[in-house]
Amino acid sequence: MNKEKISYKKPLLETPFHKRTSEHCYANDWYRWAGYKVAKEYSSTELEYTSMRNTAGVIDITPMHKYEIKGKDAKKFINKLITKNITNIQSNQVAYGIWCNEDGMVIDDGTIFCLNENHYRIFCAERNLNWFCDTATGFNVTIEDISSSIAALAFQGPLSCKILNLLKVENIENLKPFHFDNYKLENQNVTISRTGFSGDLGYEIWCDPSQAIDVWDSLFKFNRDYKVLAAGMNSLEMVRIEAGFIQPNADFMSAEQALRPNRMRNPYELGLGWLVNLDKEYFTGKQALIRHKEKGPEKKLVGLDVEGDKPAVGSVLYDNSKKNIAKEIGIVTAAMWSPVLKSNIAIGFVNKEYYKLGSNVYAEIYHPEELDYRKIWAECKVVKKQFFNNPRRNAIPAFI
Amino acid sequence: MNKSKYDVAIIGGGHNGLTTACYLAKAGLKVVVVEKHDYVGGAAVSRELHPGWTYSNCSYVCSLLRPEIFRDLELSKHGLQIIPYEGSASMLNDGRFYAHYQDHDLTYRSIAQFSKKDAEAYDRFGKDVMRQCKIIKPLLKMTPPDPTSFSPKDIMGLFEFAKYFAAKDELGGLGEKEIYDTIRFWTMSVRDYLEEYFESEIVKVHLAGSAIIGTALGPYSPGSAYVLLHHYMGEVDGTVGAWGYARGGMGSITKAMASSFKSKNGEIKSGSPVTKILIKNNKSYGLVLENGDEIYADKIVSNLDVKRTFLKVVEEKELPNDFYKAVKNFKIRGSSGKLNIALDDLPIWKSIPEGDPAGTGDLHITQNIEEMEGAYDDWKDGKWSQFPYVDMCIPSINDPTMAPQGKHYMSVFIQYVPYNLADGGWTEEKRLEFGKHVMGRIGNYSTNFNDIINHAEIRTPKELEAEVGLTEGNIFQGELTMDQLMFNRPVPGYAQYKTPIKNLYMCGSSTHPGGGVMGAPGANAAREILKDLNKKISTHYI
Ligand SMILES: Cc1cc2nc3c(=O)[nH]c(=O)nc-3n(C[C@H](O)[C@H](O)[C@H](O)COP(=O)(O)OP(=O)(O)OC[C@H]3O[C@@H](n4cnc5c(N)ncnc54)[C@H](O)[C@@H]3O)c2cc1C
Repeated sequence: MNKEKISYKKPLLETPFHKRTSEHCYANDWYRWAGYKVAKEYSSTELEYTSMRNTAGVIDITPMHKYEIKGKDAKKFINKLITKNITNIQSNQVAYGIWCNEDGMVIDDGTIFCLNENHYRIFCAERNLNWFCDTATGFNVTIEDISSSIAALAFQGPLSCKILNLLKVENIENLKPFHFDNYKLENQNVTISRTGFSGDLGYEIWCDPSQAIDVWDSLFKFNRDYKVLAAGMNSLEMVRIEAGFIQPNADFMSAEQALRPNRMRNPYELGLGWLVNLDKEYFTGKQALIRHKEKGPEKKLVGLDVEGDKPAVGSVLYDNSKKNIAKEIGIVTAAMWSPVLKSNIAIGFVNKEYYKLGSNVYAEIYHPEELDYRKIWAECKVVKKQFFNNPRRNAIPAFI
Repeated sequence: MNKSKYDVAIIGGGHNGLTTACYLAKAGLKVVVVEKHDYVGGAAVSRELHPGWTYSNCSYVCSLLRPEIFRDLELSKHGLQIIPYEGSASMLNDGRFYAHYQDHDLTYRSIAQFSKKDAEAYDRFGKDVMRQCKIIKPLLKMTPPDPTSFSPKDIMGLFEFAKYFAAKDELGGLGEKEIYDTIRFWTMSVRDYLEEYFESEIVKVHLAGSAIIGTALGPYSPGSAYVLLHHYMGEVDGTVGAWGYARGGMGSITKAMASSFKSKNGEIKSGSPVTKILIKNNKSYGLVLENGDEIYADKIVSNLDVKRTFLKVVEEKELPNDFYKAVKNFKIRGSSGKLNIALDDLPIWKSIPEGDPAGTGDLHITQNIEEMEGAYDDWKDGKWSQFPYVDMCIPSINDPTMAPQGKHYMSVFIQYVPYNLADGGWTEEKRLEFGKHVMGRIGNYSTNFNDIINHAEIRTPKELEAEVGLTEGNIFQGELTMDQLMFNRPVPGYAQYKTPIKNLYMCGSSTHPGGGVMGAPGANAAREILKDLNKKISTHYI
């Protein structure tokens, strides 16, 4: 796809699903993702979101960056790159990991697919080719950006397995969370992983771009019985907040991209300490991470249960119920009204004194109301980021 | 003989002289600007040298002009508008072109054609340069402290500098590492700097251009990376590093400044070369003009470069020996030429399609860093470059006021051109031959260029010196190397716009923070003068 001659008249690439996504995108509302055009909203964000919580939604995630890691030292390389230990990873297993710079500041997170001992794929949100190549120095590995050679769909929702089963994807219900395998989907050879951003049962389907349209169409085949919707980025944002997944350059600045050094965040500040294995041999950022851990985070990304029903988008957080004496102690990075939880939820940074679960903080919410702003001083309770985590997500066999 | 008396007399109506003049007039002082030409602007002028065409015949693009100055002097009200660039490109010998666009994704794809790694590294590079720009930006406005002085003011000044480097907020807490990076950046060669990011030659050479413009340094010369930074620290409407055209040419900037100055009762005496600064008892008190007229003023400010000021209009005997020596040794080597071309049509490039925004900004034809360094080697040998680096643009594509309908104006900045030719100096024939050579080089990348040239003005450092008064034709009024920046600019101990002569000040690009159409030297000088006069004004800049 990148070989296509570029023209200033067409600055954005189209994914292999574009023929279909553009048919479904009645709103004609597009979002830029890694130089691709993907739908922000197809027709109604609310309904697209509902499909992922009620039946299943299909999201074009082709723009995700994909790197192929091959070679004798592939595993060693990944162990140097990421903060957790993948020594025991098996073929067909997926690991979730983060990588940091030398100062222990998080660059990005991603999923690592083990095809075999010497062959891995890393899927992530940001471009990492330079960072990976820098890290690869001295290892017997090759690193290739294969982003445009794989088409990908997220198929998320309680009926996702049922529909794949109806499509005769053999034994799909027994695929374990964080595993993947090769399957036949309506005569197409595809790779399916039990991964996703929704906090519910869901899959990601990986295929050759030439199969993209057939794969897309098959997922809608049982639409008369079980209504599947194409879901846009807006609805994806909703489910990922509910599931408590954080996003670089939304909830924190990637250390590779932050202009101001004090905007970078370490894993402990992001609540990702569980992904750091300090017992592992040398890996990038280890020394700094030991110090960060010892010192403990100055601020931390937490979940917030916000009073009322007005989303605390972009709110500054304060320490006191009395506005006139309140001091700033944090900031909201993502916020929404959760239809499934019927709660007003948010993710945000709070200072040291407030990140204990159950702490109270206050958000100043500017709520637009008929050309005026209503200023709301809302009490928030510090809670776990993972607001929504349905048992279906990890059940084996999956619900069919 | 006419004699007149002012609070302040400014020698030279370049953009810095006019900036100083505007701020002083704003403070209610009686100010006169004395300019040798019958037009103001110095190296920021628009001139109709061929009927129907307006040439920005020295500087040609705007970015560095401080927005606070733009606001303070109400330059919009006085007619100034900046039109942002849409893109830029380097044309390759193999028929392809390398381009940057306003659209980030498009730029990524354009670079990825040459290297995916470089396309990604471009963001890294952009971020690191931007961080350096953020570090330097507030320094532009500061009067450099004198590190050898023990006056409380200077100690406070140094403290400000230091505090600034350790600043917590605006820069997001610069750590030790960032300070190392800054010092490296200010001293290393642009080639070495770019080598840390990129693998593709065309990417490197496209970016390296900013580091050699106007300097007698090559891409391998230590210190050239700073020059790149100097060209990146400007902005257009908050987009740091962006460049734009001044509508109506660069003269619109100085015309607007002159108009702003006059609106504050300022007086401009044009067509009045100053031949001498009157000094008695180590104090300046007036000027002598070529026609013998004398102008008296309490404060004299020179917009001329430091060499012209102290070697031409101040008598040597008035100066301390060390100062005189330092001025004589100030590096101000000419290395640039300029073509201003009236075109009967739009050039058709072999590589860039018509209408592509990449073709409307700065265009280049240098293929790799070696070729660029070779161009520099020619200069060292006293020859104009066989394969010159050109920074060319066609402002008339975006600016409807520069050329008759359907016709175009092209500005070509050329690096390198020596001030003295090794084979016996410049002659009229050689000047024309030089112009022909450059046009021939450009012609290789176009199918119609040679046929559409209607008129060309060819300028070597000799013309730049003779007309603008820039010593040796150095466009920055002195090299931008570490030994001549900040508290060393122009002369150690005299970086605070003052001189060894009492009441005589400097405000031109020879002073901190240096050359380019920036206005910062002029505004900083005004601030120092007002301080000495115990006058206060409240503006965005001062
Ligand atoms: C060819 C060229 C291209 C350039 N391109 C760019 C560009 O694209 N963008 C950019 O930002 N910068 C560019 N520059 C640099 C920039 O134009 C200069 O650094 C800046 O204009 C200098 O301004 P100044 O006010 O300090 O001095 P000058 O503009 O040099 O002003 C000095 C003034 O003093 C007058 N003068 C000289 N001698 C006397 C005397 N004896 N008596 C009275 N008056 C006298 C001169 O006529 C002139 O008006 C370029 C410069 C040149 C030469």
